[in-house]
Amino acid sequence: MSEPTNISGMQFGIFSISDITADPTTGRTPTEAERIQSTLTIAKHAEEVGLDVFALGEHHNPPFWSSSPTTTLAYIAGQTSTLQLSTATTLITTNDPVKIAEDYAMLQHVSGGRADLMLGRGNTGPVYPWFGKDIRQGLPLTLESYELLHRLWREDVVDWEGKFRTPLQGFTSTPRPLDDVPPFVWHGSIRTPEIAEQAASYGDGFFANHIFWPASHTQRMIALYRQRYEHHGHGTAAQAIVGLGGQAFIRKNSQDAVNEFRPYFDNAPVYGHGPSLEDFTQQTPLTVGSPQEVIDRTLGYRDYVGDYQRQLWLMDHAGLPLKTVLEQLDLLGEEVVPVLRREFAKNRPVDVPDAPTHASLVKAKYGDAEPRQATPNANRGDNLTLGSPYQDTASVESSKPGSAFGPAATRKESVR
Amino acid sequence: MTTKRIVIISAGLSTPSSTRQLADRLTADTVAVLRERGVEVEVQVFELRDLAHDITNHLLLGFAPPKLEQALDAVSSADGLIAVTPIFSTSYAGLFKSFIDVIDPQALIDLPVLIGATGGTSRHSLAIDYAIRPLFTFLHAFPVTTGVFAATSDWGDGGDGVRSLPDRIFRGAKEFAELVERTDRSDLLNDPFALDRPAGHLVGGFTGE
Repeated sequence: MSEPTNISGMQFGIFSISDITADPTTGRTPTEAERIQSTLTIAKHAEEVGLDVFALGEHHNPPFWSSSPTTTLAYIAGQTSTLQLSTATTLITTNDPVKIAEDYAMLQHVSGGRADLMLGRGNTGPVYPWFGKDIRQGLPLTLESYELLHRLWREDVVDWEGKFRTPLQGFTSTPRPLDDVPPFVWHGSIRTPEIAEQAASYGDGFFANHIFWPASHTQRMIALYRQRYEHHGHGTAAQAIVGLGGQAFIRKNSQDAVNEFRPYFDNAPVYGHGPSLEDFTQQTPLTVGSPQEVIDRTLGYRDYVGDYQRQLWLMDHAGLPLKTVLEQLDLLGEEVVPVLRREFAKNRPVDVPDAPTHASLVKAKYGDAEPRQATPNANRGDNLTLGSPYQDTASVESSKPGSAFGPAATRKESVR
Repeated sequence: MTTKRIVIISAGLSTPSSTRQLADRLTADTVAVLRERGVEVEVQVFELRDLAHDITNHLLLGFAPPKLEQALDAVSSADGLIAVTPIFSTSYAGLFKSFIDVIDPQALIDLPVLIGATGGTSRHSLAIDYAIRPLFTFLHAFPVTTGVFAATSDWGDGGDGVRSLPDRIFRGAKEFAELVERTDRSDLLNDPFALDRPAGHLVGGFTGE
């Protein structure tokens, strides 16, 4: 599907980390209920101003509210018609990969294919023990859990055994992905080269958070990801699927933006009470100024990461009031993004892929043929008896005679 | 002739500081010993005072502003580290520890270290052995057995009359120079972002390379 407005093949959008922070100019902290409603309004407004993507974080501790992103995203899907729903990020370390497979396949179905997700490892140490995991195993968990998730979306019946989760015998993750095309996965990381390698080896997307670290770090991460993407045979380095975070505060007049945003910056979670606004805007992609300044800065990203597919901005954090955030979206959608679509389209090589969508993935898998529609067989009580759980796939009985315990006994190696 | 890279970290807070003075003397003797043995030496000095704001920002944000990043890169790729701090309230200066805290925990492995410390009186001299040395052994660096403590009186005639400060400096520098001469640490540097090489190192066999 090629959207007529998306002339650069890029997606532009916003991401929220769902922080509930006091407005430093009034001292007032919104309630959870208020902030949740505000976020729903923000997401809907993102579509109204012509943005492509809304991505939501996942946290399991105050002052954040987004513990259950698919619930929220499903509601937003029901209230919108073109907006792509994503995450920033989904915790591949502490969530059960089986539940991720089920939840996001569901989101895919109810949103009509407007769902993808970004995997990350989380930012709070205790989240690991809260979910029975060990933070020192963060990376092995990430690799193992994703390997399972990847299979659950691609194989109707999975036998699996690993270190971090109870084994599965004859398990089917339901529903099967929409059109039997798994949601597109972005792997997000700030500083871990292993994640760039993981994304590259699967041919998945790589998203560089990009907002706290200097550009030089992002540049090296993306360069590594691109080179490994090519090495693993998924395309040329220039064809790897790259997303970037960003952060902006925009007013018509640059000095107004600086004056208005400074108290929010100075008291923000993470960087508040640290570097000056001036140092931080110089050292990181944070841009506080006029629409033109945000345009110029964002176009500059291409100089060090190449032509890329998705640009998300963090616009609603640090206690900014709803009214301000909506005004920010107006400026972003009306004055910044249209110019970026045009400018990014210039000199973009034809073989650089557009941002992946469900439609493009269906097309890539099936061409002009009809996509598979999984239809289950009658309930046999479990998945261990012989035969496929779906009507359109051959039963194990017919393809592998002599099997005593169904797929569990006959599957010799994992299938990617 | 090989060139060894030595980095000096001085955590003195005043300018000029006796901590820096001790660091300079430890450096001078180290360089002299190495040159005598035909080893060329490249020396880089970092005054932590100049990096104090950056160090705090790194603690808060998790990334190093450019000037600090230079220092961190220099330390992690060095063949030897001369680390000198004032002793405050029985231990290393907070600024010194904060700098150590923003170094990647893997970055000092196998690094030869010469420890120096300064204080008002020699009654604080054991702080080198109960506070600073364990810090470096925890990080799997190699602090040489001689640590050099300079009390205020060491700079005049009230110092140790049997083993003078210059004697102690030379002894520490000699031990340190011997380790620096032998290490091939800076040749073995492993840049995880390096391009154009197999990436099996990244995920331990994940890629089968």
